[in-house]
Amino acid sequence: MSLIDSVSLPRSFRLPRVDGLIQWIVPLAIIAIWQVASVTGFVPTRVLPAPSDVVLAGWKLLLSGELVRNIWVSFWRASIGFLIGGGIGFAFGLANGLSQLSARLTDTTLQMVRNVPHLALIPLVILWFGIDESAKLFLVALGVFFPIYLNTLHGIRTVDPQLIEMGRIYGMTDGELFRRVIFPGALPSIFVGIRFALGIMWLTLIVAETIAASSGLGYMAMQAREFMLIDVVVLSILIYALLGKLADSASRVLERLTLSWHPAFQKR
Amino acid sequence: MQTALRTSLPETELASRANFAPHTRVVREERPLQASGLPLSIRGLRKSFGDNEVLRGIDLHIPAGQFVAIVGKSGCGKSTLLRLIAGLDKIDAGSIGFGQDIQPEDIRVMFQEPRLLPWARVLANVEVGLGRDRASKDAHDRAEKALIEVGLADKRDQWPSVLSGGQKQRVALGRALVSRPRVLAFDEPLGALDALTRISMQRLLERVWRDQGFTAILVTHDVSEAVALADRVLVIDEGRIAHDVTVNAARPRQRGSAELAALEGSILSHLLSADDRT
Repeated sequence: MSLIDSVSLPRSFRLPRVDGLIQWIVPLAIIAIWQVASVTGFVPTRVLPAPSDVVLAGWKLLLSGELVRNIWVSFWRASIGFLIGGGIGFAFGLANGLSQLSARLTDTTLQMVRNVPHLALIPLVILWFGIDESAKLFLVALGVFFPIYLNTLHGIRTVDPQLIEMGRIYGMTDGELFRRVIFPGALPSIFVGIRFALGIMWLTLIVAETIAASSGLGYMAMQAREFMLIDVVVLSILIYALLGKLADSASRVLERLTLSWHPAFQKR
Repeated sequence: MQTALRTSLPETELASRANFAPHTRVVREERPLQASGLPLSIRGLRKSFGDNEVLRGIDLHIPAGQFVAIVGKSGCGKSTLLRLIAGLDKIDAGSIGFGQDIQPEDIRVMFQEPRLLPWARVLANVEVGLGRDRASKDAHDRAEKALIEVGLADKRDQWPSVLSGGQKQRVALGRALVSRPRVLAFDEPLGALDALTRISMQRLLERVWRDQGFTAILVTHDVSEAVALADRVLVIDEGRIAHDVTVNAARPRQRGSAELAALEGSILSHLLSADDRT
C-alpha cells in the first residue's frame, strides 16, 4: 500500500498540461542551440542557415502561396496513395487471413514482391507512367501495401481461437463472428501496420517527388537546391518531420478511440 | 442429518455394463421440482484423435436436473466427453440423446478460461449468450437479469480487463445462463481461481443450479469440489466410466464434514488405484 502511495503521489502534483509539453522540450532545445550556434558564427550559414532564416524563408513562401500549394499537392498524393495501397493490402490481408485457399494462392507471390525494394522500381515506373501523378500514387500505394497486408494478416491469424470457438458455440454467423470477434481482435495489429505504412508513405513520396515531379514538397526542395536556397531545403526537411509527426499523432488518436477496451489505452 | 453415502456400483466392476439402469432415484427432496433440465442418454460413445482412442465406449444415463461431476486423471477423456456432450467435437461412434429435439441455446458450456470478448463491455458480453435472440428487444433486460443473478449488476459498463479472475468467470457464467439453458456443461470452470474465490464460486454454481434446475455436468480434477457440488460423481479411467458414485449428502452441504471427507477419500483411492495399475 505504502509503495503504491509513494508512486502515485507525484503524479497528482504535476499539472496535466506539462505532460503534453514535455515531449517538445528536446526539439525546442535543439532549435535554441542551433540558433545560438548560427548567430555566434560557430556554424557557417552556408552550411546550415539559422532557424530564424528558415522561418523567414517559410514566411515568404507562405505569402507567395507556393508553400501551401506544394504541401497540399504532397498531402493529396500521400492520402490517395495510402488509401489505394492500404485498401488493397487490407483486402488481401482479410482474404488470406480468412481463407486458406486465398492464402495458398497469393501469399507466396506477395512475399516475393515484398522483397523487391519498391523504390528500385522508380526507373521502371518512370518509363511506364512518366512523371505523371499516377507514378507517385503507384509507388506510394505499393510501399504502403505491404505493412498493412502483413499486419492485417498477422492480426487475423493470431485472434484467440478460443474466442472464435466461443463465438461459434453461441451461434454467431460468419458475418457476426467477423464483426464481433475477428476484426476487433485483429485491430491492434492493423494499427501497427498503419503506423509503419505512414512512415513508408512519406519516405516513398518524398523520394519520388525528388526524382520526378513538377510540384510538391520534394520538388520544392530540389528546386531550392538548384538555386542554392539552402534555407528552403532545410525548411522542406523540417516540414517532413512535422508532417510525419502529424500523421503518427492522427493514427494514435484513432487508435485510442477504437481500442479503448485495451488495457494499454486505459486511463491509469 | 442423513448419512446415506454409498457407491452405486461394486468398486471392482466396470460401470459400462451396469450403467444402463437409469438412475431415477430422487436425491434432492428439498429442491423445487422444475421441468427445465433435460435428461441425457449416452450409448456406446467412442472418440479417437488419430491413433489415440480417448473414449472407449461410454454408456451413461443422466436424469433431468441432476448435477453430475466427472473426475479422472488428466488425459482420461473427461474433457473430451464434455466436449462431445456440448456438441463441440464430432462423435466417432455411439449416440448422445436428450430425449427431445433441442435448440442450440439449450446447451451451454463454461470453460476454465472466461473467454470474454475484451472489446465488449460486461453487459454486451452477457448478451452474446442469448444466441439468436441477441437482436431481440428484451436482450438488454435479459442480460441485466443474468448479471444480477451472478451478482455483477454494478459492473455492467466495465471492460473485462478491469475485472478480477473470479469476476470474469461470473460474467462467463452469466453469459451461459442468460439463454436459460437446459444442460450446462462446465469444463474445469474454477480451475484457475484462488481457493477463496473458488469456494464462493462453488456456492454460486450450486445456487443457480438449484434456482434454474438445469442438468449440470461438471468436469473437474478437484474431488472435494465434485463431492461438494454433485449428486453423482463419475470416475473416468482410460476412456471408460470406472466408478459411478452417488452423493446423498443433504444440501446445503457442510464443507469439510466427515461425510463428504469420507466420500472424497474413497473416490481419491479409486483414482490412485487406477494410477497404480499403469
